[in-house]
Amino acid sequence: MAVVQQASVRPPPHRMRVSLSDEKFLGLFWQMLVIGAVAGLVIWLWANAVHNLNVRRIATGFGFLSREAGMPIADSWIAYTPKDTYLRALMAGVANTLRVAVVGIVLATVLGTLIGIARLSKNWLMAKLSAVYVEVLRDLPLLLQLLFWYVLLQGLPPARQAWQPIGGAYLSNRGLMLPTLQFTSAHAWVLLAALFGLVATLLIRRMALARQMQDGRPRRIWPYAILLIVGVPAVVSSAMGVTWAVSRPELRGFNFSGGLALAPEYFALLTALTTYTAAFIAEIVRAGILAVSKGQWEAGAALGLRRGQVLKKIVMPQALRVIIPPLTSQYLNLTKNSSLAVAIGYQDIVSVANTTLNQTGQAIEAITLIMTVFLTISLSISLFMNWYNARIALVER
Amino acid sequence: MPLHAQESQPTTSIIKRALSWLRANLFSSVASTLVTLVLVYLIAYAAISLFQWGVVHAVWAVPDNQTQACRSVRGLGACWAVIREKYRFILFGTYPYEEQWRSALAIVLFVLLYWVSAVRWFWRAELALIWIAALTVIGWLMWGGALGLSYVPQERWGGLPVTLILATFGLALGFPLGILVALGRRSELPAIKALCVLYVELIRGVPLVSLLFMASVMFPLFMPDGFNIDKLLRAQIAIILFAGAYLAEVVRAGLQAVPKGQSESAQALGLSYWKRTGLIILPQALRHVIPPLVNTFIAFFKDTSLVLIIGIFDLLTAAKAAIIDPAWQSFSIEVYVVVGMIYFLFCFAMSRYSRNLEAAQHQPR
Repeated sequence: MAVVQQASVRPPPHRMRVSLSDEKFLGLFWQMLVIGAVAGLVIWLWANAVHNLNVRRIATGFGFLSREAGMPIADSWIAYTPKDTYLRALMAGVANTLRVAVVGIVLATVLGTLIGIARLSKNWLMAKLSAVYVEVLRDLPLLLQLLFWYVLLQGLPPARQAWQPIGGAYLSNRGLMLPTLQFTSAHAWVLLAALFGLVATLLIRRMALARQMQDGRPRRIWPYAILLIVGVPAVVSSAMGVTWAVSRPELRGFNFSGGLALAPEYFALLTALTTYTAAFIAEIVRAGILAVSKGQWEAGAALGLRRGQVLKKIVMPQALRVIIPPLTSQYLNLTKNSSLAVAIGYQDIVSVANTTLNQTGQAIEAITLIMTVFLTISLSISLFMNWYNARIALVER
Repeated sequence: MPLHAQESQPTTSIIKRALSWLRANLFSSVASTLVTLVLVYLIAYAAISLFQWGVVHAVWAVPDNQTQACRSVRGLGACWAVIREKYRFILFGTYPYEEQWRSALAIVLFVLLYWVSAVRWFWRAELALIWIAALTVIGWLMWGGALGLSYVPQERWGGLPVTLILATFGLALGFPLGILVALGRRSELPAIKALCVLYVELIRGVPLVSLLFMASVMFPLFMPDGFNIDKLLRAQIAIILFAGAYLAEVVRAGLQAVPKGQSESAQALGLSYWKRTGLIILPQALRHVIPPLVNTFIAFFKDTSLVLIIGIFDLLTAAKAAIIDPAWQSFSIEVYVVVGMIYFLFCFAMSRYSRNLEAAQHQPR
């Protein structure tokens, strides 16, 4: 009897009953049903696809990647000719996507931050003008803006009558031509030296901060910074006898040669992505700064800090915590929006994969490739921004 | 704001108040004065150039496709004649000319539907009936083939109605899908949760363009022989799936904002899961997220223009097609400006509405 009593004191282990009134059983039942339905759907779709591919005599698999692509890619940063394989063409497409996305992210962040701060300006005209910019750009479809910029660029004068916005740079219907450094392998060593100087400066800064934490005296580090970041590369440059020749775009016949050429397609896409995303980033920056309470500004001023110092050391670190998560999704949006390139014929990954699809009929493979590339890029940006977000997060006890 | 401070002093003259406002907001310091002067110069310059291009040197009408007048002012003035010539095509695409009043009526109905949905008084169950009725009438107007209207095949539809159809059905069907997925993502059932996470992250990780490509080239491969649905419907499905994933995240944010006690006390009252969700949790959750929902809708409205890439005849595609005509080829800027105004009108109205809602929410009730 004692044994039975003991058992009744302990709560009985919940056993599942086969009954529709049992929540656990219901849960299992629903999951089985949903999984069964999804699995059935996938199998059905797959069977259809296999049948259709057989009928159309399309071989599945990624074997086509090693075949000759025969598609011209006008504006590629990695060496590519139509005789190369599809794999190489797709890689050129990925390079083009990254090229526009990375530059776009940097420019949009700068422009967006400026406009976001301008919206909070005490100057009424400046604040209103920034507000109008944000409102107009956000309420027009990006594709429309892209087509607009492209048409505008095509309407520019021909190369012979190119505009010169700044000395050495030419703007014509062939795109934007910029002067650039003639880059040789010796320059790489100079760059490496500068990078070394930068890392060394960061280490020194860290040491100086640690010392300041101990005795409260700020240390001067800018002389070291100049010495390391400018001095060391200069020494390397003169030791190796590097010449700093600038390659300027020059008119030859109907087009330019030399310099750095930004094709109209690239330039239009970059402009559209930058100006459009900047409008969203401006709103995020504004909200972030507004989220820091006024007392922080006042407390900083009471400590005798200048306005710039308060912004840099007190307000911005707090605002960044609010800014970073939505900023991440804007970066992701910009990257995904770069796929609109296909509408104006800039050969990004979507455009190249689309041509591949039309030439080979490998629809499933081509679209899988597009999705894989974008998922990889999205995931990388998310991981990086999450890491950065964790770094600047509020350190609590 | 110094203006507010002085409102209590009625004796101050308007001129004085204006001057002090100018001083505080435009000329408060040397830097501010400099910025103001530069901006005034730039704005005046831009306004004058735009006025000269858009009004002074503009050509408003040309006789019978003779575009010489337009060509002679190219670069100096706008050719608004292209709008006069092509506006029916831009708005209605290749819809039969005599029947285009039906498309126009459909647009009016859509706008009325949005307007009714925006009024707080209509936020009740009957709104769903209004939607069903309105969409049925719109379908009848567009397709015809019954009650005295002639049949117009879907391939002939185009322009603004197609944009509105894609956006409206994307929301009307994507929204319930989004709610289900958001609930699934917060569910305690591991398999359902995993499926919902997979769906949302997969869709949000890839561009809409790739989904549209999928709908236009991959979808037919996955269907059995002889089964074919038209391109517009396929794009519509892609947009619904896309909208569902994004709306799911918005709804999930709302669900997270509802305190756990609400669900627990509903459970204590003996309500089932669906009753708890439908009667207690969702009404509170959705109320939280109405402004971001409107913002998401604005984003879809703009994103429907992407169907241009797979060749569906929406407003933007119609605009682009309108200027294929060799006579009018070089006047695309004018067309884009006008189409931009149409998009802007819709999006601006929605964003204003969303801001008002937000302001009303922050007010103590």
